[in-house]
Amino acid sequence: MKCVNPLAAPDSMADRFPTLCEVFSPTATDGAATGFVLAQITPKARGPIFWVQDRLSRHEGGRPHATGLAFLLGRPVDLLYLEVRRAADVLWAMEEALGCPALAHVIGEVWGDPPALDFTATKRLALRSERSGMQAWLFRRAARTDLSAARERWHVSALPSPPMPDDLRAPGAPIWQAELFRARGRMPGRWVARHDTANGRLVMGHHIPAPDPAPPLRALG
Amino acid sequence: MALKTRRGAAVPADAPFALMVEGPHGPVVHAANPAAEAAGVHPGLRMVDARAVCSDLRAEEADPRGDRAALLDLALWSRRWCPWTTPERTGIAMDVTGSTHLWDGEPALLREIEARLGRMGLSVHLAIAPTRGAAWALARFGSGREVCGASDLAARVALLPVRALRIREETALLLRRLGLRTVGDLAVVPRLPLARRFARAEPKDNPLLRLDQMMGRVPEPLPCPDEPPRFLARAALSEPVLDPTPLLPSLAGELCSMLAAKGFGARRLALTVFRSDGAVSGVEAATARATRDPRHLVRLFEGRLETLDPGFGFDLVTLGATLAEPLSARQPSLDGQRDEGEDLARLVDRLGVRFGPRALSRPAFRESHVPERREAWVPALDPSPPAPPVPQAPRPLRLFDPPEEVRVLYAVPEGPPAQFIWRRVTHRVTRFAGPERIAPEWWRDRPGTRLRDYYRVEDHEGRRFWLFREGLLGDGRGAEPRWYVQGAFG
Repeated sequence: MKCVNPLAAPDSMADRFPTLCEVFSPTATDGAATGFVLAQITPKARGPIFWVQDRLSRHEGGRPHATGLAFLLGRPVDLLYLEVRRAADVLWAMEEALGCPALAHVIGEVWGDPPALDFTATKRLALRSERSGMQAWLFRRAARTDLSAARERWHVSALPSPPMPDDLRAPGAPIWQAELFRARGRMPGRWVARHDTANGRLVMGHHIPAPDPAPPLRALG
Repeated sequence: MALKTRRGAAVPADAPFALMVEGPHGPVVHAANPAAEAAGVHPGLRMVDARAVCSDLRAEEADPRGDRAALLDLALWSRRWCPWTTPERTGIAMDVTGSTHLWDGEPALLREIEARLGRMGLSVHLAIAPTRGAAWALARFGSGREVCGASDLAARVALLPVRALRIREETALLLRRLGLRTVGDLAVVPRLPLARRFARAEPKDNPLLRLDQMMGRVPEPLPCPDEPPRFLARAALSEPVLDPTPLLPSLAGELCSMLAAKGFGARRLALTVFRSDGAVSGVEAATARATRDPRHLVRLFEGRLETLDPGFGFDLVTLGATLAEPLSARQPSLDGQRDEGEDLARLVDRLGVRFGPRALSRPAFRESHVPERREAWVPALDPSPPAPPVPQAPRPLRLFDPPEEVRVLYAVPEGPPAQFIWRRVTHRVTRFAGPERIAPEWWRDRPGTRLRDYYRVEDHEGRRFWLFREGLLGDGRGAEPRWYVQGAFG
């Protein structure tokens, strides 16, 4: 297993050891988590992307749009898409997909906190992902950060984008606030992340210090 | 003998109905029912002209490939009456020589065929004649159920129009302009000038050759397609068993050796179990690629046999390949690399078995500007479609299908939104780009479909959405324009 300097900021996300990562998003309708994950799909990755959603995720968060993915990555994307009814089926399909070496990435989406998604299930996924050397992503929406064996757990939310030089009224290139709140072999932290479209990788920008615990409110006498 | 099947559609016979195909200049009529033909709609007419002469015409897309496949199936099924049958472009030809006595003579055979096909919902035009050409002509231009002997062949076909010679419409028109209206007219004309005139015509379109074939002067053998091979492995048991799972590996092995002997691979499988009290049930599975790997076939049925109700036990289990494709033997490459397509096909099979063959899909690119039409989701079992190309303008990563209506505040009705409420959350728009106008596709959309003005907006928290306004104020296509959110950007 490759060693990562635990104190370094994860600026080179692309060459880390593939494993299971969980990405939580604060709101269901947010596309920030999707952008954050897709920005880490390198041009090197060959083969189709396997994407599985449960029905509620598709209803609330929409389904992947292959044309949009192609725009983000700058090349046509081969996508294998599966919609299933229950969260247990998502986990089963992800496990099957992680055993197939022809795929590039495996992405799953689970809504809420289903009982099937417990420590054992995430541990199975993480071990399978590490054994097959294929990156697995699990999108969590409307979920609590319960016990999980995912090797990296992220909170990703959108930040107001920097202005676009050509049109000051238009939204600029997206930036995200990415908080790594639990990780194995790497320091947790909080960064401003953006997609480096020229090189097709994720760039972790400046570090955001953790906010101090809020001082207790004191009534003014 | 020839037989013509009319495409059966679930429409009343007295309502005009037509099937259309895409022609070089728009859709043309492919086939029409009698009511439509009475109104002046005939095959080859442009669809716009057909709608002009018959305003209440209903039309659907024809499926010529499906029709051909169905006709081939019907031709193979017709071998119950005689061993030589072949599908034609619009009908079936059967060589009943030597088999009519099994059916009590020719008229009785025709009655039997008509009754059998009538029960399948098909109306038929039948004829028995000494030659294939004459049977073809009499089935289409004769009385509908006709038996013509060798002695009265010349007299019977002499009255038929020249179109009955299986020639192209242009050639028939030329003959009519020459004053040759019936087959009899053509038969009495001296051969030499006719042969000279049609010396350059294709053999299939040469009226003299066709006439000779009809009269039996030139032999015309019937090409007879082979029946597709059938693959079925059976396990007959002396004692009923409650669980057929242990039998599966040996059945799969037997089936795969049968497939390998013929050079085929299975695409669709059916496991059928016969209960000792006579009830029959089964499980089906499909594969993305032709395969004859017994272990893979067994895995496809894993966990699915529990749904079968065993009753007092099964005494016969069969495993058949209901659809098989040629599959040549492959050699693994020298460097020991695995075939990635093979791995992917197996994954598709296993997911298809568990979630249904249509659940796993791939985006297929369609020529359209309307976002939800640009991508069609096709089952991954089908051959892989072209992936959507890289678009010129930004497109969202996630698409809400169908688009969700939002309530919008705006400064001017034609302008961008200032604020919108979606799912009871208020989003204040801080940045926007647009509009990008996508007009309705008049060749596909219903009349009155409104245009869409798309905006990329960013709200006060940095979330980005793809909104559109349907229509413009005062475009004469409805009331106030409505707003929808269709996608989310990363």
